[in-house]
Amino acid sequence: MFTSSQVLETIEMVEKEHLDIRTVTMGISLLPCIRETAEKTASAVYDRVMRKAEKLVPTTEALSKEYGIPIVNKRVSVTPVSIVTAPFAEESALIGFALDRAAAELGIDFLGGYSALVHKATADYEEKFLRTIPEVLAKTKRLCSSVNVGSTRSGINIDAVRLMGELVKETAELTKEQDGLGCAKLVVFCNAVEDNPFMAGAFHGVGEADTVINVGVSGPGVVQHALKFVPEADLTQAAEVIKKTAFKITRAGQLIATKASHLLGARFGIVDLSLAPTPARGDSVAHILEELGLEVVGCHGTTAALAMLNDAVKKGGVMASSRVGGLSGAFIPVSEDIGMIESAEKGCITLDKLEAMTCVCSVGLDMIAIPGDTPASTISAIIADEAAIGMINNKTTAVRVIPAPGKRVGDLVEFGGLLGRAPVMPVHGGDSSKFIRRGGLIPAPIHSFKN
Amino acid sequence: MRAVVTVTGTDRRGVVAQVSGFLFEKGVNIEDVTQTLFGGQFAMMMMVDLSESKEEFAVLAENLTQLGVNIGMNIRIQHADIFDAMHNI
Repeated sequence: MFTSSQVLETIEMVEKEHLDIRTVTMGISLLPCIRETAEKTASAVYDRVMRKAEKLVPTTEALSKEYGIPIVNKRVSVTPVSIVTAPFAEESALIGFALDRAAAELGIDFLGGYSALVHKATADYEEKFLRTIPEVLAKTKRLCSSVNVGSTRSGINIDAVRLMGELVKETAELTKEQDGLGCAKLVVFCNAVEDNPFMAGAFHGVGEADTVINVGVSGPGVVQHALKFVPEADLTQAAEVIKKTAFKITRAGQLIATKASHLLGARFGIVDLSLAPTPARGDSVAHILEELGLEVVGCHGTTAALAMLNDAVKKGGVMASSRVGGLSGAFIPVSEDIGMIESAEKGCITLDKLEAMTCVCSVGLDMIAIPGDTPASTISAIIADEAAIGMINNKTTAVRVIPAPGKRVGDLVEFGGLLGRAPVMPVHGGDSSKFIRRGGLIPAPIHSFKN
Repeated sequence: MRAVVTVTGTDRRGVVAQVSGFLFEKGVNIEDVTQTLFGGQFAMMMMVDLSESKEEFAVLAENLTQLGVNIGMNIRIQHADIFDAMHNI
């Protein structure tokens, strides 16, 4: 049983501290959809996604009402499309358009999986697929793309890194009327995970069941609020407070995941323990770090505070869920977090500090606007640096940068909605092009050989 | 199915009678009632059993919200499992 104060605590978490289930994501395998032509495959893909996810939105909305917990996003992830389109890779866009149409008709905001896994090498058909990404992202609204260019086990495919720098630039150019918005739907990963429910990096791994439900919880505001009650606690005690709060948040996610998977006839996949911010005040990861005693996120001590937060969230969440997966940790997107936006506007948080922070949190350089004239090779080098952090530290890292066309350092880029706004940050001016042009594979680190 | 009805707002006469009368009409059995203060405001919680409810959960929830609007209070109904999940190991 529970007490009246616990009931009111939960209500307060939802109504005043932005507790919500950030996403219920249905992973759907597209492997049964492969046909002899791209047209037939696109048709089969559309039919399968529509059939499998038909009840996703009404079911999750009913669950939200029944349990009194907002479920912000309902999404779908699919098998990396490059696998499905290998026999006719140059026509991959047809499948992308079919997926986008399905997403619109299902009433979901994003569908992820226009993806390729090229961490060891890029096959001819994969390169053809990758080259369709800019056009497809420019011509679709809901489709998200991700590319895995490295892993601890395989090393970093610098040929793919080089190509992705160019494709990020091309995507920005093709969506320049919206300040390069297409790049907000494109993530470059190292150590991508197969069960991530969060966009833009979600895809349905080939090792997964046919249809699964993965749930991403959230609640930065709840954690910040809990810390407000212990202003003088030492960091051990603060970590305990975060753990207990993460436990409660994750239990809500576990309950929704179990119920949703049962009602939708899908397997329960995982609960992703991430603290995902939004641009709304009171829903910021940066403000948690500031609550811990930093004047402004980005000042010295930020990396240590984030490491503690990330670890405490995992420890609290792991016990609350029977299956944990995805990215699980604290997200630090710049444009989607009001505390990050304010710090970036003051020039306090920089690309270099963000890179350091990605060593200790769950993802990487996320939703960062950079000058539109940043060379493709510099973007590739940023990707390479981030992939190296992931590869060596055996963790997922990612890059989602937006080289906003025509924008310079200090300009503001507005994406709107959950994607927020971002002040354009400076990148280093030195030329990285020769390093990137070398190509090849950065070999896997010695500690990857565990067999 | 067991659910929790919470009523919050500025205390006024007749709130308990109006909410419990409404639930009685709908065939909802009240198992337990507690009252407390919530941020300086009146807060009442009712543990209810919906097994003989005349209305589907979604309809009942909407009607309770509307009743709240009519009497100037916030009324919510939530499946009890959410509180069990979040506060008990």
